[in-house]
Amino acid sequence: MEPVPLLEAVDLSKEFSGVGVLNRVRVSVAAGEILGVIGENGAGKSTLVKILSGLYQPSAGSIRLEGRPVQVRDPSAARRLGISTVPQELELVDSLTVAENVFLGAELTRGPLLDRPAMVSRTARMLGELGTAVDPHAQAGGLSVAQKQMVEIARALVHESRVLILDEPTTVLSANEVESLFRLIRQVRDRGVAVLFISHKLHEVKALCDRVLILRDGDPVSVAPTAEMTPDDMARGMVGRELSQVFPEKHDSAGEPALEVEGLTVPGLVHDVSFALRAGEILGFAGLVGAGRTEVAEAVMGLRHRTGGVLRVGGQEADIRHPRQAVDLGLAYLSEDRQGRGVVLDFGITENVTLISLARYARGLIDRARERGAAEKYIARFNVRAASLGSALRFLSGGNQQKVYLAKWMDTEPRILILDEPTRGIDVSAKMEIYRFVRALADSGIACVVISSELEEVIGLCNRVCVMRQGRIAATLAGDELNEEEMMYYATGLKREMRA
Amino acid sequence: MTWSIRGRQVEYARFAPLIALAVLFIISALSSPYFLKLQNLLNILRQVSYTGTIALGMTFVIIGGGIDLSVGSLAAMAGGLAILVINAAGAGADAIALGIVTALAVGTAGGALNGFLVTRFNMAPFVVTLGTMSIFRSLTLYFINAGEYRSASDAYRAIGAGKFLGLFIPVWLFLGLAALLQVVLTRTRYGRYVLAVGSSEQVARYSAIKVRLIRFGTYSITGFTVGVTAVMFGSRLNAVSSSNMGLYYEMDAIAAVVIGGTSMAGGAGTVLGTVLGAIILGIINNMLNMMGVSPYLQGTVKGLVIILAVLLQYRGNRNN
Repeated sequence: MEPVPLLEAVDLSKEFSGVGVLNRVRVSVAAGEILGVIGENGAGKSTLVKILSGLYQPSAGSIRLEGRPVQVRDPSAARRLGISTVPQELELVDSLTVAENVFLGAELTRGPLLDRPAMVSRTARMLGELGTAVDPHAQAGGLSVAQKQMVEIARALVHESRVLILDEPTTVLSANEVESLFRLIRQVRDRGVAVLFISHKLHEVKALCDRVLILRDGDPVSVAPTAEMTPDDMARGMVGRELSQVFPEKHDSAGEPALEVEGLTVPGLVHDVSFALRAGEILGFAGLVGAGRTEVAEAVMGLRHRTGGVLRVGGQEADIRHPRQAVDLGLAYLSEDRQGRGVVLDFGITENVTLISLARYARGLIDRARERGAAEKYIARFNVRAASLGSALRFLSGGNQQKVYLAKWMDTEPRILILDEPTRGIDVSAKMEIYRFVRALADSGIACVVISSELEEVIGLCNRVCVMRQGRIAATLAGDELNEEEMMYYATGLKREMRA
Repeated sequence: MTWSIRGRQVEYARFAPLIALAVLFIISALSSPYFLKLQNLLNILRQVSYTGTIALGMTFVIIGGGIDLSVGSLAAMAGGLAILVINAAGAGADAIALGIVTALAVGTAGGALNGFLVTRFNMAPFVVTLGTMSIFRSLTLYFINAGEYRSASDAYRAIGAGKFLGLFIPVWLFLGLAALLQVVLTRTRYGRYVLAVGSSEQVARYSAIKVRLIRFGTYSITGFTVGVTAVMFGSRLNAVSSSNMGLYYEMDAIAAVVIGGTSMAGGAGTVLGTVLGAIILGIINNMLNMMGVSPYLQGTVKGLVIILAVLLQYRGNRNN
């Protein structure tokens, strides 16, 4: 028998500046059901969540609760309707205590005064059920990311809600924490709450959800009972093609060492890291968030002060202290923070492309025609889609911004290219273009480093992978060892490299 | 398409100061028969050239994400020391040349001090320049015991009060410097880096730009323009009042920059806009005088215009 849907969204669509990010998506969740929503970055999962929780208004379509059409105008309307959301980005107020955060905006009162003891005890009870030892009196600012995530979850659960939406809640949690969270979600479901579980971790979706909705590029691909699907089926649905088609063929044409790092140390973040990168190879850096991968790259580029370590570029020792030196030695680094550290959002494509290499375009005055010529070349080469060369970067999609960012560094003619999370938040087709491009660069003799949290990406793209844990390289894997299980063992410390 | 609409909005924002100037010009011409007289128009240009010149440098500081409140005090100090040097060097032609160099050097050094404090110690420019504003004024008062720096050279007056091809020399200096700095901003690496630093310091740093050096430069440029104004104004009166010279110059300079469309948040703006902004302020002052509005009320009008300009800017940003 088909259960009566508690929450139903009909033909939800959302456009940003004329680009559809969600196209006629239909969602229905019954009371006492957990619906998984999966999809790649940029598939529209978070947009869907934001519409259901009142942060965005849909461009078209409607939402029904128990069959009645409702308007979710803002987050407080969502709360009144009984829709609680655990957002992907942590939104705790750092200066308040855990209990104050949990009840923020819905404080318990006794007459005109706050009922602190009640709030503290309910918070403690909820955190206890979640299996987390967090003091309700602790300041939120001092918590670890995982603890903050648990507090966010407690915040959503403490209110009696009819619909619970969790947007990638397990990204920063340990296996134990994930287990207690799942136990709790099942309890909530059994009380008759409709649960939406957004994730890209397919094994979790398989284990937890009753049905699963697959989104791809904003389109609903399929809805099916989880029991009828394997994680592989889900992956195929998300990607829309076989994985073998996503990544270019690997060639191992490694030549001379391009960059040698010995004993690199950044106090508190990177400890005694050594590796050698050869021309023509793609070396991956995997590890959990905070393992020190970005810090290694930034120290190499002179963006971060290192207290120890020797760098050799092309065999020559190089004491890099400022990014300008690194650029002049042929190093390039694309930050994971594309908008905050990568491209100037106010600048057009042309000015972004030539920003680092501007000296080549200026003899006293900047030669604007030459600048435009260079930008046009990269637009064609990277298939950048934009209204004009003058379009400010803020009006471009994430994928196109990333291509401009890549062009900006390619214009420095690097011999060593370090890419930090190069495909975060961009759609599948742009991802594939970037993979192919990086492989082509490696084949042309450029030494490439790819830092990525997506295991699939480092496995599919890289020749060798350094797995980092707590600021050290735990293992360097290649060949048959290059698989998800092995990498997770080293990344989490379950397995340590045997040193002969 | 949204693209073209956005494009048009950007264009509109760029021409807003020009449109405002045109409207103001027409209203003024219609409301007073004296407004269009050549003498009056030349006077307006002369009036705005002093703070307008400082505003040119201020444009760089504000685009680079900073602010400089010390310009008025620094102008007084540079102008006063120039006169001391002229008098000490015998008040001849070479003494005047030495005096001019002194004013430019003191101005540039004062700006460089601001730039050094802001970039070296990562301090808020508002606080740093509030401090140096007080220091520069106090030194100016101290050197002459709160009196007046009087030049012993009558020839010095020729710079500020003289004309060349029908225009007062300060007007030539103002427009010439504006043209030069517009080229620096739009056509040189330095100008591009200032825009990048103001738009996002982190992006600039990750793009191998020497952020501190670029910022330091903006304050030094402003100091130089202050030095120019110190010469123009000090020579016009052939004296510098230690307590009055340069009062509220920072107000007028910042106002011209903002009215000219430069973003107070940094990262966007033009020198040309600042020139228009300065002239708009000048015309408003001129009209208020001609209409007999109390001089005490003129500050109110100026304040309202600044608030209006920022409000329009803010709404424009929000619409994006």
